[in-house]
Parts: sequence; C-alpha cells; structure tokens
Amino acid sequence: MTRWVMIADLRRCVGCQTCTAACKHTNATPPEVQWRRVLDMEVGEYPEVKRVFVPVGCMHCADPPCMHVCPSTATRQRADGIVTIDYDLCIGCAYCAVACPYQARYKTDKAEFAYGEPMESEKKQFDPKRLGVATKCTFCSDRIDAGLAKGLKPGVDPEASPACVNSCIAQALHFGDIEDKASNVSQLLAENQFFRMHEELGTDPGFYYLWDKK
Amino acid sequence: MSGFGPKPWIQQHWDWRAAANFVFGGAGSGLILAAALALPLGPARAVSLPLGLALVALGLTCVWLEIGRPLRALHVLLNARTSWMTREAFAGIALFGVTVAAFFRPGDWMEIALGFFALLFAWCQAMILRASKGIPAWREPKVIPFILATALGEGAALAIVLALAYNMPSPLAYGLFALAVLARAAAWMVYVASVAPKLGGAPQAALVAVTPVLLWIGTFAALALVALAAALPRHFAMLLALGAAAAAIGAGWHAKRTIVTRASLNQGFALPNLPTRGAR
Ligand code: SF4
Ligand code: SF4
Repeated sequence: MTRWVMIADLRRCVGCQTCTAACKHTNATPPEVQWRRVLDMEVGEYPEVKRVFVPVGCMHCADPPCMHVCPSTATRQRADGIVTIDYDLCIGCAYCAVACPYQARYKTDKAEFAYGEPMESEKKQFDPKRLGVATKCTFCSDRIDAGLAKGLKPGVDPEASPACVNSCIAQALHFGDIEDKASNVSQLLAENQFFRMHEELGTDPGFYYLWDKK
Repeated sequence: MSGFGPKPWIQQHWDWRAAANFVFGGAGSGLILAAALALPLGPARAVSLPLGLALVALGLTCVWLEIGRPLRALHVLLNARTSWMTREAFAGIALFGVTVAAFFRPGDWMEIALGFFALLFAWCQAMILRASKGIPAWREPKVIPFILATALGEGAALAIVLALAYNMPSPLAYGLFALAVLARAAAWMVYVASVAPKLGGAPQAALVAVTPVLLWIGTFAALALVALAAALPRHFAMLLALGAAAAAIGAGWHAKRTIVTRASLNQGFALPNLPTRGAR
C-alpha cells in the first residue's frame, strides 16, 4: 500500500511563499485562494518573541471529516490516501469547509482574476467547473499519476512531485510514501522529532511538521 | 486549541441562510412533533401540519439559496451512509410524506410516525452541527440536547397558539411547552458552560449574552404568560399565548443564529512545538 504524505521542516522554512506562488501558478487558483498557504506566526511576548513560518493546506487526512459530511459524495479518498473533490458532483454546500479543522477548503462563486480582466495565462487555465464548488489542494495528484505512469518516483523525481515541493528554495517541503520504510519521508520522520496539527481531533492528517532532530 | 498559533476566526462559509434552516426547520419539525404529541384531532391540528411543513420547507429553501450549485441540489441525497446533511434531506422527504398522509388519514400509528420523523429531522439538524469538526462551538455534543429541546419548545408554543385560535385549548400542549422550555434552559446552560470558555473574545460574549434572553424572556416570561393564558378567558388567553410564543420562539431563534453565525470560530492553527533554531 501507498500513502502519500507531505513534510514541512519548520526549521528550514523562511516564509518566502515560493510554494504558494508555485501552487497558484500550477493550479491557477483565483485571488484569495491559496491551496498552499504559509502562515507567518509570532509567538511569545517581547522580548521573548519567536517567528515561525508554517506551510498549511489540505492535510489529506486518513479519516477526513470533510468526506464524511459531504452529502454528494463529491469528496472522496483514493487508495493512496489523497482526498479528492469531484467538481461535477459537488453542490457547493460548503459543509466540508466547516467540517475541515485546517481551513483548507475554498469556495469561489464568481470568476475572479488578479487584475480584474483575465490575463492570457488566466484565460488559458480558467475552469468554469470550479465555480460554486469546493476546492482545495490536490497534492498535485495529476502530476503524481502522470509521473507514476512514466515510472517516476513521486517526491524524488520533480516531474512526479507536487509543484510546491519542487519550488521550495530551502528544501523545507518533502513528499513521499510513508508506507515505504525506505522512502525519503520515512527517513526524515525516523531521524527527526515531528508533530501533526490538531492530532487530538482524530483526523490522522498526512502532513508532518519537523521541529527538531532526534 | 492549545499550543501556539494565530487566532481562529469566525467561519465565513455558512451565513444567515444556513442559520435560517436551523431556525425554521427546528420550529417546523417541533410543531409537527408537538401536534403529534399534544393536539387532538381537529382544525388546530389540521393547520399545524401544513404550517410545520411550510416552516421546514422555508428552512430548506434558505439552504438551497446558499449552495453554490443549486441546480444540482438533488446530489444532496447521495451520501446517506455518512452525511447528516443527506440524512436530513431524507428525513425531510419522509416527514413530508408522513405529514401529508397523517393530514388525510389520521390514526394512532400515523401519530407515532409523525412524531418519529419530526424528531428524526430535528436530530439530523443537531447532528449536522455535531459533525462539523472544524467549529468547536458546533462539534460540542452538548449542542444536541439544546437543538432538540428548542425545536420542541418552539413547536409547542405554536401548538398552544393554534389550539387557542381554534378554541380547543390543549392542557397537554401547555405541559409540553413548560417541559420543553425548562429542558431547553437547562441544556443551554450546560452547553454554554462547556463551550463559551473555550472560545473567548466576542464569540464567548455573544453566547453569554444569549443566556439572559433565553432564561428571562424565552423561559420565565414565556412560562408566566402561558400560565396566565391557561387561566384566562379565550380572548385574553390568545393575546398572552401569542406573547409567550413570540418570547419562546424569538429566544430560540436568537440562540440558534448566534451559534451558527456568531460563535462559529474555526479551529485555527496550533503548533505543539516550536522549531529549534541554531545549534543545539
Ligand atoms: S485537511 Fe481538511 S480538506 Fe483536507 S482531508 Fe483533512 S479535513 Fe479534508
Ligand atoms: S461543498 Fe461539495 S465537496 Fe463540500 S460537502 Fe458540499 S457537496 Fe461535498
């Protein structure tokens, strides 16, 4: 079995948001929609203040509340753990958006473009199917599938890896199969201390944060 | 919500239209339930059934106005296996069928079926909130008794008014109303005590501010008015019952609207550990 997961090394992320830009470029998300966001968090009180940059987005939970609540079965889970949305089934009720504890889902009712009128690139990538329905990070499943079909290894071969991971200037983002004990992500998790967000909610998220070595 | 993280914010996905479904759907299913439990056969009961259905339909219409793809609304029926929204839709359909049947062919079994499906509809609404894991004020299990009790209280209030309007005062409806609004007050206190401190700020204040309205207006004033109505001649009674119903229903609606649109902070983000910096 395969379960694709992502890792963000919080020690490495510098908050440059290149991943956010790469995701927007690849997936043509409209303004205000960021499937890959980077939070800029200030923690503590002066003079003991720390700043942390935290990449977030859909965690592709193993037990996804968004899927359980979805009345149309638009939200589903693939055998490799990726949580998907069928834009043809979705009714845009946004129940998934309030069920998701990671604020990962968006709904855009009208076509919107960065500068009002669509630019050439926006025209090319515009997909009316995405209006009035839920959207979120796909883990670039189309890139993964196309890469696998060519015999490439997601997380290792850029052509088969999510755009955000490829773009990261600090190699803070990693992607791979957690079920494969020899994979890049399994190695990183074996060597480092990590946590997952809101684990107490029982969603079993597929997004790991490294914060220290072991 | 422990650890470090930017503050949660009020969810922006469900607005007054979603709240209206809980408001009208609760009152409508509550009225049908109250009619099944407390109204004898006759014109008051005959009016209460279509009125209850109309309220349920109004609530569902409000949701329909909110969804992004209204023409695909029937897809809502596709996930009865796990989605309480699908189950609410099926419960609504069943409630419509049974209510129409009970309207034309009343009988003991019909009353049981009416009560069952009205309760089921209200239960589904409560579970829709409960299953929303991203919103701490909704996923709290203690929201369930409140949603059920307020539905019954609002429905019983309407049943009293209808019974009086048709000159068929129903002692059972009075009793049901008193029981329901007292249970609602208790359920609210338990819910708020459990949820409000976890929210903090304006959402906590919004929930806490509902308490006096729900207790003094929606419970005690409404009970006093209903007690007077039970004792006075019909024309006075009607006015008092209308006042009681407005108080009880208004307070319930205010509480539901607050839960859905003003206390609905999302989960936010939190880090249980901060990254180490530099050499260790
Ligand atoms: S992060 Fe949210 S949208 Fe993604 S799978 Fe989990 S619950 Fe669903
Ligand atoms: S918005 Fe679409 S994907 Fe989300 S719960 Fe509704 S039907 Fe399902």
